[in-house]
Amino acid sequence: MNDFRIPLGTWADGFIDYITDTFGFLFDVIRAVFDGAFEAVDFLLVSPPFWVIIVIAAALAYSTRGWKFAVGSIVGLLLIVGVDQWENAMDTLALVLVASLLAIVISVPLGILAAKSSAASSIIRPVLDFMQTMPAFVYLIPALILFRVGVVPGIVATIIFALAPGVRLTELGIRGVDKEVVEAGQAFGASPWRILRQIQLPLAMPTIMAGINQVIMLSLSMVVIAGMVGAGGLGAQVVASLNRIDVALGFEAGLAVVILAIFLDRLTAALGTGDTPLGRLLGARKRARQQVLAA
Amino acid sequence: MTENIAVKADRLYKAFGRRPNEMVKKLAAGAGRSEVASLGTAAVIDASFEVKRGEIFVVMGLSGSGKSTLIRMLNGLLEATSGTVTVAGRPITGIPARQLRDVRRQSISMVFQHFALLPHRTVIDNVAYGLEVQGVAREERLERARTIIRLVGLDGWADSLPSELSGGMQQRVGLGRALAADTDVLLMDEAFSALDPLIRREMQEQLIELQAELGKTIIFITHDLNEAMFLGDRIAVMRDGRIVQIGTPEDILTDPANDYVAQFVQDVDRARVLTASSVMEPVRSVVTITAGPRAALRTMRDLQTSATFVVNRDRTFAGVVRDRDVLRLVKAGETDLRGIIRDTATAVTPDTALVDLVEPSVESDLPIAVIDEKKRLVGVIPRVTLLAAIGNVSTTTGELPVVEPAATISVSLITETLRETALEGAQL
Repeated sequence: MNDFRIPLGTWADGFIDYITDTFGFLFDVIRAVFDGAFEAVDFLLVSPPFWVIIVIAAALAYSTRGWKFAVGSIVGLLLIVGVDQWENAMDTLALVLVASLLAIVISVPLGILAAKSSAASSIIRPVLDFMQTMPAFVYLIPALILFRVGVVPGIVATIIFALAPGVRLTELGIRGVDKEVVEAGQAFGASPWRILRQIQLPLAMPTIMAGINQVIMLSLSMVVIAGMVGAGGLGAQVVASLNRIDVALGFEAGLAVVILAIFLDRLTAALGTGDTPLGRLLGARKRARQQVLAA
Repeated sequence: MTENIAVKADRLYKAFGRRPNEMVKKLAAGAGRSEVASLGTAAVIDASFEVKRGEIFVVMGLSGSGKSTLIRMLNGLLEATSGTVTVAGRPITGIPARQLRDVRRQSISMVFQHFALLPHRTVIDNVAYGLEVQGVAREERLERARTIIRLVGLDGWADSLPSELSGGMQQRVGLGRALAADTDVLLMDEAFSALDPLIRREMQEQLIELQAELGKTIIFITHDLNEAMFLGDRIAVMRDGRIVQIGTPEDILTDPANDYVAQFVQDVDRARVLTASSVMEPVRSVVTITAGPRAALRTMRDLQTSATFVVNRDRTFAGVVRDRDVLRLVKAGETDLRGIIRDTATAVTPDTALVDLVEPSVESDLPIAVIDEKKRLVGVIPRVTLLAAIGNVSTTTGELPVVEPAATISVSLITETLRETALEGAQL
């Protein structure tokens, strides 16, 4: 009786072996693409002097939330420069941007699919539950095997980990759109695609943006873990400080992560409401132009 | 014949549940809604009707009676479980989605209870939405939308967002959107129910004006009987998924198909629904102008009344004469009534609502004359009749027909006068 054991782990191992053997070339392609994307974004962030990036970040901050957020961003980012974590922070930011972008590109269409089809929803839902509750470290193992040490397994693990809220909130947002407004679209003979584009997506946008915000936040927390598989950036610093019990380094790297997190969170949250200084300006201009046309 | 029919529903059923077809079979065999409740919900049971072009057809029922489901089958938002719907001669049940969308674009548009405007678009873009879906170029559709915005009274609001408008104005946008699509048929799902009473009245009146102007076919859903009576050329009353009566507002009020309808209509403001033609009585006290004063006097004596209506030879209404004037005329030996005809009697058309008869009825003791479009006297409405009609009391309880106004000169005096003058004139 004591000898009885379900060899689930062995099967999983066998499955990964099979995948590696059969689709190896595919993973090489993915690896090359992800690596290229990361290198390109990283180059854009790291090669200019730090103040150029800070000015751009401050401009973004000002256009979305106003001058208070802009000043806060400048102070925060200068602090990162001050503790000499700028390059690591930019590596991490590049990783987050690439992973989040890919996660959004995958999760939003999946969410739309789940909202449109109850069958799809009932398949996607448990898969998401599985992905969300499985300890994040576990993803690193197959990712490591399939993509070898470096940035790519970090990105892949991050995508899988961060996918769920994007899908869930997109589905929630679209299902939450006033049924009568969707009926109005149908009643005037609009095609499903037009209804999605002109009614469901715009009305679900605040919820979808909340999902995207969560995707970015989860990406950021996962990239630190990804530092363990050689993804570099702030994650590597945190892992190094853990190995050396280096409180000083750990605090500085951790603080840099927090600053990045706050910056990205506030930025995307403001985009979600659509009520930004830039948005108001554009809206006012558009209306003024229409009034001129009407007159 | 079919050209006059805008929308036709034939034996429509809609059942929600696991086995809708089985439910329909049972319902068609005569089972009631509660008998199939274990299988699911029978929302609409065996609904058949035809809506004529240019008609306002009201479907009236309480919540849960299936009226919203019914209207959604008319443009295919819900697929009928059984039965057919024909819009402008084209069957729309069981056709592919693409063709159904064509029908919706070209033939049938809709106004919603909670307006269902696109909140991120301006008023003009909302109004132009139907045209946008139809593929009309931007310049042209904005041009047409501007005309419609003027028509529904939203001048100056074209560039506002719906959230900046009051409820009544938002529904004007909803109405404008449906009108702009320029379809023959308009479905209105409880369109005014979310508005407060004053605005609702205003919108109802405006809808009738617009309908008269544009000649649209309107299918209007409501739970408000007064609204149904006010708007409807014909009304279908629904209960528990079935249509229990279809008829004009007056039919339904005066001849309810069953106790349910009767109970339903008892609180209706009858004075606004009933018209002169439905309560008027045959004219008894009337003389032709050429018959002369003696005939008039005799008529009044026989009916014991103090006034009589006078008509020309072609039965067109001339006025009224009083007994004292006629008596004087007879005594003087005159033969022409024309000199004493008064125009004090109120004449109304047959489609005048009773509410508009109260005031003239108070002001004059004469019955109100009802005249048709050729000015012919077709009936009269004495005060008693008016009161009885408004109070829903039968007028046939008395032994004698109602005659107003009561006689003021004694019968014997009239008879005496007639006898005295008879020698000079012809026979009695």
